[in-house]
Amino acid sequence: MFDWSFVQRYAPFFVNGALMTLFICAIGIALSLVVGLICAGIELARIPVARQLVRVYIEISRNTPLLVQLYFLFFGLPKLGVVWSAETCAIVGLGFLGGSYMAEAMRAGLEAVPEVQRETAYVLGLSPWQSIVRVVLPQAVSSAIPGVVANVIFLIKESSVVSAIALADVMYMAKDLIGMYYNTYESLFMLVISYLVILLPISLFGLWLERRFDYERR
Amino acid sequence: MSGADILLQPGVLPRLLQGLWVTVWIAAVSVGACIPVGLLVGWLMTLRNPVVRFLMRIYLDFIRIMPQLALLFLAYYGFARWFDWNLDATGACVLVFILWGGAELGDLVRGALQSIPEIQSESAYVLGLSDWQSFVHVILPQALRRLLPASVNLATRIVKTTSLAVLLGVVEVIKVGQQIIDANRFQYPNGTLWIYGVIFFMYFIVCWPLSIVARRLEKRWAND
Repeated sequence: MFDWSFVQRYAPFFVNGALMTLFICAIGIALSLVVGLICAGIELARIPVARQLVRVYIEISRNTPLLVQLYFLFFGLPKLGVVWSAETCAIVGLGFLGGSYMAEAMRAGLEAVPEVQRETAYVLGLSPWQSIVRVVLPQAVSSAIPGVVANVIFLIKESSVVSAIALADVMYMAKDLIGMYYNTYESLFMLVISYLVILLPISLFGLWLERRFDYERR
Repeated sequence: MSGADILLQPGVLPRLLQGLWVTVWIAAVSVGACIPVGLLVGWLMTLRNPVVRFLMRIYLDFIRIMPQLALLFLAYYGFARWFDWNLDATGACVLVFILWGGAELGDLVRGALQSIPEIQSESAYVLGLSDWQSFVHVILPQALRRLLPASVNLATRIVKTTSLAVLLGVVEVIKVGQQIIDANRFQYPNGTLWIYGVIFFMYFIVCWPLSIVARRLEKRWAND
């Protein structure tokens, strides 16, 4: 029933698909981290108008599906004269969606550090800059990391949707092979394996990272 | 910005709303069915039996690591071949959302149940309550407070994930939108922008209130 030669023949397709997934995700997630950092910074610094705008952005981005965001970017925006390639749309989409999730995770991390830490550092003679960099940030990073790692994995999973705007990721390969050859078993098998190969190491790395930065338990 | 009048064409908005109804229906049925499945899974996870524990672990980890779209493909294309079980696209969606939501909710239930200190059920027992009474009157009310905010968030995620149904060919709000766009391509070349804009807004209008409810509940019960 199970045709190994089919797997051997088409495994390279999935390798290419996985590379596409990783390429989109790497840039998209980097973008979401930058957006998240800026948004969290604006919220914590309580910059008047920017802060409300960030709230609006976060609500919109968290309450709409990535697929609809991508369709809007890919099919809708060209009507306004903004024509982006599928890759750009996917990266911007992931950055737009992920930015709000990252912002929330980072804000939660910073808010988890009690005010008294900064005050104590100040009283002990550290400059404001030192007390933030040496006292507050390390603790904030420690409590933000589990959330950020969860978001990274979430975004990689969400990226499976980019196949809908004709980007050749692993999802696209599976659908293509099922459509062309009806080798459902083998295609779905390779699809599952591809995601395991991509996501297992990343989630293990995330666990290691969480432990590495868990200063309280270490 | 011409082309907005596509929305005023007779039948356009009603059809989109009908599509939205399909989306909401799939989500509502899935969320409804998730609740018993999640409670069952959560209860199974708290059992000490190693075999049950192991199976639940595998179930949860597999569901968690696979993208929902991959799970949909497994159900839609895979089940037909493996079990000769020809689900239609809507059925495959509901099934996947129940399995996925059940696993996620189960984990939340497990966390909530385990967060209640042992001493609560012991005290209830000493005070003369039966096992069932102590569960219903002591454990459950406390567990629900920890459970509810995250569960409402999960419901929002399920609503958003229903958008993937279009990729299996379910005629829901996105598909209806595409049909309208295609039918009016020559009359309203800019219709794409507006139709997708409206669909974007529709999802937001459905999900946003849920997010607000979740946040309110979280705040109210955070310090208990």
